Amino acid sequence: MYPGIVVGRVWATRIYETLKDKKLLLVLPTDWNKKPKSQDPIVAVDVVGAGAGEFVFYVQAREAAVACGGRTLEDTPPVDAAIVGIIDGVFLDIKEE
Amino acid sequence: MFIAKVVGNVWATRKHKSLEKTKLLLVQRVDGLTGQPLDGEIVLAVEPQNAKTNAGVGDIVLVMDEGNSARQLLEDKYAPVRTIICGVIDIVYSKNKQKKWC
Repeated sequence: MYPGIVVGRVWATRIYETLKDKKLLLVLPTDWNKKPKSQDPIVAVDVVGAGAGEFVFYVQAREAAVACGGRTLEDTPPVDAAIVGIIDGVFLDIKEE
Repeated sequence: MFIAKVVGNVWATRKHKSLEKTKLLLVQRVDGLTGQPLDGEIVLAVEPQNAKTNAGVGDIVLVMDEGNSARQLLEDKYAPVRTIICGVIDIVYSKNKQKKWC
């Protein structure tokens, strides 16, 4: 799981059926000190109710689809990033580069 | 699996329900003999709360980076977890050198 900051929201009307009631957020990947790694945000599905500016962690790949509650291949949404937690605090013992 | 050092932890109240009974630890890949950090970013790994490993900051641990195995260890078929701590390392032996970690 990786950290990121919510920087925006995405809406889409014409969208794949299983994605219809999902909240899509723009997430800027950061390091654990909230420093952005780049200026290129990704779109992630939110399953915990995160809001703008919040420091979150997300999963990628197949685990993101699992987080959205897909049980079978038919009802699994096409998702490759999902926010699974809102960070209250981080303790880091070392300096990040 | 890879050898990593626990460098921190994260706390969160609002999280996916599968993560409620887990500990969230930050791990960084290290060299098993020297403990020097290797390339790669710090990732958030999960440890089941009732696990016998009970790792803490500073420990050298064995980390598994595969989804299905992680779900198997958590005994939760629908846990959105890929990185999981599955052991605390005692000794590493390589290139005729031995390093005791505990």
